[in-house]
Amino acid sequence: MSGNASARLCDMTVHELQGMLARGQVSSREITCDVLARMDEVEASIGAYVTIDREESLRSADAADAAIARARRDGDLGSVGELAGIPVALKDNVCTHGMRTTCCSKMLENFIPPYDATVAERLRAAGAVIVGKTNMDEFAMGSTTETSIFHVTRNPWDPGRVPGGSSGGCAAAVAAGEAAAAIGSDTGGSIRQPASFCGVVGMKPTYGRVSRYGVVAFSSSLDTIGPVTRDVHDCAIMLNAIAGRDERDSTSAPDAVPDYSEYVDRGVRGLRIGMPKEFFGPGMSDGVRSVVERAVRALESAGARIVEVSIPLVEHALAVYYLVATAEASSNMARLDGIRYGYRPEGRADVDVADLMSLSRGQSFGMEVKRRIMLGTFVLSSGNFDSFYGRALRSRRLLKEEVERALTECDCLASPTAPTVAFRFDEEPDDPLAMYLQDIYTTLANLAGVPAISVPCGFANEMPVGLQIMGRMFDEGTLIQVGRAVELGSGIGGRRPVVGGCAK
Amino acid sequence: MTERGDYEVVVGIEVHAELATESKVFCGCKTDFGARPNSQTCPVCLGMPGALPVLNRRALEYTIRAGLALNCSIARWTKFDRKNYFYPDLAKGYQISQYDIPIAHDGYIDIEVDGQPKRIRVRRVHLEEETAKLVHAGDDIISSNQSLLDFNRSGIGLIEIVSDADMRSADEARAYLTKLRSILVALGVSDCKMEEGSMRCEANVSVMPKGSKEYGTLAELKNIASFRAVHRAIQYESARQIELVRAGGRVSRETRHWDDARGETAFMRSKEQAADYRYFPEPDLMPLEIAPGWVEEIRSGLPELPDARAARYVGQFGLPTSDAAQIAESRELASFFDSVCDALAKAGQAQAADGPREAAKWLVGDVSAALNAGGIELSQSKLAPELLAELIGLVGSGKISGKIAKSVFEEVFARGVRPGDVVRERGLVQISDAGELAAIVKRVIEANPGPVADYFAGKERAIGFLVGQIMKETRGRANPQETNRILKEELAKRS
Repeated sequence: MSGNASARLCDMTVHELQGMLARGQVSSREITCDVLARMDEVEASIGAYVTIDREESLRSADAADAAIARARRDGDLGSVGELAGIPVALKDNVCTHGMRTTCCSKMLENFIPPYDATVAERLRAAGAVIVGKTNMDEFAMGSTTETSIFHVTRNPWDPGRVPGGSSGGCAAAVAAGEAAAAIGSDTGGSIRQPASFCGVVGMKPTYGRVSRYGVVAFSSSLDTIGPVTRDVHDCAIMLNAIAGRDERDSTSAPDAVPDYSEYVDRGVRGLRIGMPKEFFGPGMSDGVRSVVERAVRALESAGARIVEVSIPLVEHALAVYYLVATAEASSNMARLDGIRYGYRPEGRADVDVADLMSLSRGQSFGMEVKRRIMLGTFVLSSGNFDSFYGRALRSRRLLKEEVERALTECDCLASPTAPTVAFRFDEEPDDPLAMYLQDIYTTLANLAGVPAISVPCGFANEMPVGLQIMGRMFDEGTLIQVGRAVELGSGIGGRRPVVGGCAK
Repeated sequence: MTERGDYEVVVGIEVHAELATESKVFCGCKTDFGARPNSQTCPVCLGMPGALPVLNRRALEYTIRAGLALNCSIARWTKFDRKNYFYPDLAKGYQISQYDIPIAHDGYIDIEVDGQPKRIRVRRVHLEEETAKLVHAGDDIISSNQSLLDFNRSGIGLIEIVSDADMRSADEARAYLTKLRSILVALGVSDCKMEEGSMRCEANVSVMPKGSKEYGTLAELKNIASFRAVHRAIQYESARQIELVRAGGRVSRETRHWDDARGETAFMRSKEQAADYRYFPEPDLMPLEIAPGWVEEIRSGLPELPDARAARYVGQFGLPTSDAAQIAESRELASFFDSVCDALAKAGQAQAADGPREAAKWLVGDVSAALNAGGIELSQSKLAPELLAELIGLVGSGKISGKIAKSVFEEVFARGVRPGDVVRERGLVQISDAGELAAIVKRVIEANPGPVADYFAGKERAIGFLVGQIMKETRGRANPQETNRILKEELAKRS
């Protein structure tokens, strides 16, 4: 993708921009201004952001420029952060000190965190320019970004289609050149599915690889934080910046963090890529199937060995996922009671405290959030616990064992990311259960805790299709390696959506 | 018709004790009591979105320490669970607690009531977090139209200690609590101040016909703020239940509120109204593996506990059992006593063998009385162990009499001055010199012919009057034994 002379700064990859910044060919202010300009051009039609902080962006761009200039003068470019001067967007459930963090809910519409999430802190430390907060499904509950209280986000490839969700704002922003990269969260596919829909790369790292501290919890045992980028190399760079043990998150892993960019060019010769046969049954659209099968054949031509594997229990993954996720969500949402922060009904000084909480929650949570809270409350209630939550935990353990066993027969698993390409706003299923099927290929990785990446591998009906690669625990390196091979084999390198009237 | 005495009272007790760790159980905030409201808070204990708990290892250690001291087994593997309910003092809408696998389980405490030893089983000890403190503005909760929240308390480590229903009277319940508190305080895991709320208790009370094997339906008593209240509440509640059952009624499973001012329990809520806490494993914390080696390390570092200490006092110093128990029960009293004994030994006086018994007598007698009268703790008084040791030395060496010592003590206690100085300044040195005493005795005999005649007439009591006169003359400084001896001698000469 490099060497495209006509490319605007806002459409370039992080590694391209890094090189130009290091060589002094461009300033962070120029890059940031171009990104802000792109926002001006397309936000009205895309709606990727809920908060844009121009002044602060330019201030940190200037600070990055000063640091880079100093480092160039001293001949010590290693002293500047890896992301110095790179404009990055954060999903609006990542707490940012002093910058509104709403989870796109009326409940937190005016919530300004007094602290940074660890990922935000690490990005700042790496010199990144945080340009704003992106749209999402309310509290990350959804697959279309439509449950946001603010506005819909449109797919940059076709404004009549959804960007996916819940990190739809992240994926749309990166696809549309409104940020060089973004950080999203993935509980059941919320990074990968929108990445697939918007033709960008999205990774859900191993559970524990990236700190969850300061990212508003949806389902604590499933939530992961990861990058959304224009290519696989950028994914490695972003992961480098955010991965690693955090003392503030007890579930973050102490395992050493390799330099993921070293995996980019390793190729796939000799790697065994498993195709879970259960993932290639009915339910997948024909367009997606043929693109994915072609991508797998391309990996084979690149030297990988394709093996068929089986994960028989996978048919239960979605049920297990919705039991675990809603149970934990019902508890995680409980702190949002309007007492210490968050929405409060106005002019109701006469209500008692129980009513105050009920009104705060009742008036500020959307339907999908309420549905999941009720579902989760039900599955945890005494009398139901064993038959629902208890059984889900046991099934989850078995599923994890099956995934781990399958991963002894191969080095990673390949499948579609989503059963379809991005759908039109008007063809979307009304039945919430049908919508939950969007997560059919993605929830397994969250339940098993393993890492997974979605990489654009082709187009069906002029819409991007993502290939999902799932790997072993803490083996993000292999995903980068295979992901890059997918990218190379897809033959779509550099294809960008036409946005804001500027074709590429 | 069954009599009231035909019923047996069954009591089980749940105690919550705040851990005396410097920081909170899941964040680094301080735990100082009485700090400015909401000054010891952070995103974690305020339940901010995205904040996550991190276990304070010291809190776990304290819980294990308490478990070991209560003769419990320590879990090899345990975990935390979320207890879900809504209340404004509960920052996260759930309390991080432990549901089915407590850190410590199956221990016991030995108590003694009216000389009868008894073993009360401790079912479990688990670790959880405190809630915030609600303060109702205005005169009382009814007239108050707003409540204020202080999150300084939110997230302080709390251990819950649950006994089996092994107590059979209010006295046993009080003895259990007293012993439990003395153990926890001796361990340093909690300061157990009921008045500051760092120790709270709930009593489960039921009654059954004597000899029955089946417990009656229990009522759970809440809002008990002192040991005295525990005793009264159990007495009231058991009497209420016995009366109810005797009248043909049935006790219902309910939570009752103890009203200390009225001395009554009142219905709060029935079991059916109890919240469904929807416990599930806390996903933000990893399960805990407790290494047996660490547990043994903690065990070997346990301080001397009250029972062992009392036994030592009896064995080493020959203290009466009741004095030994009373001193050993209070960490403050015991460490004071130990210091007095050290000081006595250092002084190396011949009477050192008797010293500890004297020290104990002082501590359970005059010292305790003076503390009670002043409403203060030993640490707040001006009395230092060296001062008491010196006073005991003065009596032991015959410098002053026991009676004089009491008046010297008053001054030492009030002003913290050295007993020797008081004795010198006020000229209180005991007169033991036989010649000096004989002269005084002779003077008194000559000045009191009447009582002397009475004495010879067989009125033994007259001798008391004469001794009194001698004491008056010497302002109490006459050595009582010597005085008696010489007086009898002199009188014998005159018979």
